[in-house]
Amino acid sequence: MPLAYPFSAIVGQDEMKLALLIAAVDPSVGGVLIFGDRGSGKSTAVRALASLLPKISVVAQCRFSCDPQDKAALCGECRSRLGQGPLKVRQSEVAVVDLPLGATEDRVVGALDLERALSDGVKAFEPGLLAQAHRGFLYIDEVNLLEDYLVDLLLDAAASGENVVEREGLSLRHPARFVLVGTGNPEEGELRPQLLDRFGLSVEVHTPRDLSDRIEVVRRRDAFERNPTDFVAKWKKEDGRLRRRIVTARAALEAVDVPDAALKKAAQLCITLGTDGLRGELTLMRAARAVASLDSAKRVTDAHLRKVAAPALRHRLRRNPLDDAGSTVRIERAVTELFGA
Amino acid sequence: MSSGLTHRPQPIWTNAVLAATLFAVDMTGMGGVNLRARCGPVRDTWLEFLRELLPDICPLRRVPHHIGDGRLLGGLDLAATLRSGSPVAERGLLVQANGGAVVLTGAERASVSLAARIGMALDTQEVCVQRDGVCSRNPTRIGVVLLDEGIDDEKPPAALLDRVAFHLDLDGVHLGEIGGRDFDAETIAAARHRLAHVDITEEVMRALCETSAALGIASVRAPLLAVRTARAAAALAGRSNVTRADAAIAAALVLAPRATIIPQAEAPQDKAETPEPSDERHRDSDSDAQSHDHPLTDVVVEAARAAIPEGLLAHLQSAQARLPRANAGRAGALMASNRRGRPAGIRRGEPRSGARLNVVETLRAAAPWQVLRRNTLRGAKQRRIEIRRADFRITKLEQRSETISIFVVDASGSSALHRLAEAKGAVEQLLADCYIRRDHVALVAFRGSGADIILPPTRSLARAKRSLSGLPGGGGTPLAIAIDAAATLAVTTRRKGQSPVLVLLTDGQANIARDGTPGRDKAAADALDAARAVRAAGIAALVVDISPQPHASAERLAREMGSRYLPLPHADAKSLSRAVQVASAESV
Repeated sequence: MPLAYPFSAIVGQDEMKLALLIAAVDPSVGGVLIFGDRGSGKSTAVRALASLLPKISVVAQCRFSCDPQDKAALCGECRSRLGQGPLKVRQSEVAVVDLPLGATEDRVVGALDLERALSDGVKAFEPGLLAQAHRGFLYIDEVNLLEDYLVDLLLDAAASGENVVEREGLSLRHPARFVLVGTGNPEEGELRPQLLDRFGLSVEVHTPRDLSDRIEVVRRRDAFERNPTDFVAKWKKEDGRLRRRIVTARAALEAVDVPDAALKKAAQLCITLGTDGLRGELTLMRAARAVASLDSAKRVTDAHLRKVAAPALRHRLRRNPLDDAGSTVRIERAVTELFGA
Repeated sequence: MSSGLTHRPQPIWTNAVLAATLFAVDMTGMGGVNLRARCGPVRDTWLEFLRELLPDICPLRRVPHHIGDGRLLGGLDLAATLRSGSPVAERGLLVQANGGAVVLTGAERASVSLAARIGMALDTQEVCVQRDGVCSRNPTRIGVVLLDEGIDDEKPPAALLDRVAFHLDLDGVHLGEIGGRDFDAETIAAARHRLAHVDITEEVMRALCETSAALGIASVRAPLLAVRTARAAAALAGRSNVTRADAAIAAALVLAPRATIIPQAEAPQDKAETPEPSDERHRDSDSDAQSHDHPLTDVVVEAARAAIPEGLLAHLQSAQARLPRANAGRAGALMASNRRGRPAGIRRGEPRSGARLNVVETLRAAAPWQVLRRNTLRGAKQRRIEIRRADFRITKLEQRSETISIFVVDASGSSALHRLAEAKGAVEQLLADCYIRRDHVALVAFRGSGADIILPPTRSLARAKRSLSGLPGGGGTPLAIAIDAAATLAVTTRRKGQSPVLVLLTDGQANIARDGTPGRDKAAADALDAARAVRAAGIAALVVDISPQPHASAERLAREMGSRYLPLPHADAKSLSRAVQVASAESV
């Protein structure tokens, strides 16, 4: 695996970086969708995130990376292990699993282990990508080109937090709680509107227009390519700081107070914009809480809500689908109206 | 960089050879080459040069544009699996080309899905396979040569064009105009070793970024590719630092073909010669127009400007004056989605009457019984895998025929002035509905003396909206030409398994005949003739009369076309949308 470009060395793209950090702090936000121009560093950011995430503790022998602390969410195998004594625990990297285009359903949900079935005649389950992504991230580059039925399947699993396998005489379920991250370019086809609002946050990225930013992008990218090891080492400190910020924010998340006033503001914003359902408000609130926690704030304020309003609501507006710039502008207008300029 | 041959080769050719050389120096860094040329000796010569410049061990693999995922990415090797009795993975073409290059034939017809797969391999330099029980990650350090035989606006997918450094156009080059090459494989091997030690100054980097901004290039990949090209050029010249000359080469080869704006210059466009980087030139050309403080930027901009093909300038000017053409993506999404027939599951059954045997699922079904079957067969001839008829599994595909609405919009003088705005509104409304139903739309506009497909079949609303908003009105009414163009498009889409519906918005009053000559009678006769052809081809259609007073000619046209006639003197977007929906529902 080649070295990944450091997260903190990404120039600009603040909204995208913030959205990914929010998902790292509070996975229950429910996935991040990043749409935008070619060459704006979408995939780079997601791949960079992997090396930023702090390690997690998992049950040592578990192939689904169960959380030893969360007894209720253990897989069937771990539950039977629980009967034989305390669970062995090891530290593990957070998985950022790639779902490449052209993947077949059997590899996504898992299937009968062909090798063992053919040679030993044993009916064994071979876990798929959903199992690998448990407690981590599942990343789909060019999500708009993935077959719709696979996206459906992923979103279902992401929403329910478990993967149900019923095929080839196998019948089992295992936990699959993961953050779905999708990137894509709208010029190559859009995502079905029904799928859009099942992502928690939606980010629009553009290539930097500012000349000095562009020069900086080229300069850093060039430095990275010439000597990846040195470049990563140079940014190690910055990445480390960010990692500590995530760890602190995660620990403090529960303690962040969401005052009634903030809830009211969030509700007002959603009513003004006419978003469907409660998912928008819920995401808005959770994302704002994660941002507050990242800022080491004790309570959610207007500033936090403002920061996440666009990514949390942009894709939930009842929109005129022809109006491409419309949603962001409408949200900005509503935010200014509600919070003042 | 002039070639040392007896006759003077074409400058375009000299540049193309230089590009091949630089590509050979740093294949993964350059990403690749888009070679726009017809199949022929010129193209073959270029490819042969490239072949000779690469080390012998470098694979050069051909990838046809219609390749399936199994061959491209890899998967389960069925023959070997059946032979050995245990799963054997097969490497895809991309992985097999590791360390070399792939040659994508018919690149202009490549689908966006194929482009995305190759683009991903270029970006990550590995191929990740999750298919048919195979799960692997293989290094794939490759470059890609796109063989682009497109004409007019046909282009390889933008996702690939953005990632390859060189965009070469050899269409105008004749066999007599080509020359030899200056470098041999050894020089290139030496340059490749030197590459890692070539330094590039802040000034050069800045100059390349500023030049790409001056040329109106949006993507950040372009200056990055230019930086790598400059470095390769320096390595090729045997230097360990990038000079102005190298930067000029990079600008001419990488940035100039991507230009969307021609930077202003005092000197008229008299540059048909090679972008010979001359250090003196930058002083006499204006530096005010760009207001750069860096003289180097002027040199580089100048080099790029000199290399911008004249055709591009004319194209850009005409594009600004005429219709904005949608140039991103293409009909690729369409082919992909057609192939995407939703697998509605696997079921037991035999591969008859076109049903495809799903071998992997069949193996899976047979697998648990192998031990048992072998035991019962004791004594008889043992086979690796015992498969029974009951194990056969076929993939059930749920084929929903996609509807494609082809809007033929009359933008001529007779209807444009008072109706075009409403027609646009109606089309936008229809697009919104099509979007919800996931239909494809295409847009043909006619005015003056011709008809243009201003929007090839697409699902992208952003593009549809863009091409619609820039649609100007006025001029004659070449109705027959428009109907012909739309019918051709409809037949093509039907060949791809989609159901086309023509929606013709016109007042039916043609005044330009098929051959482009004015004259009402001939034009009307031609239009009716074209309409009959639509009926003969069995294409579903709807004629919407958008004139303020419904006109007999439009009704006659509808009758000849065998389509519904819809007079909409007060056409508002809503009612029009409803009418079209009814028509397409009846026809499909």
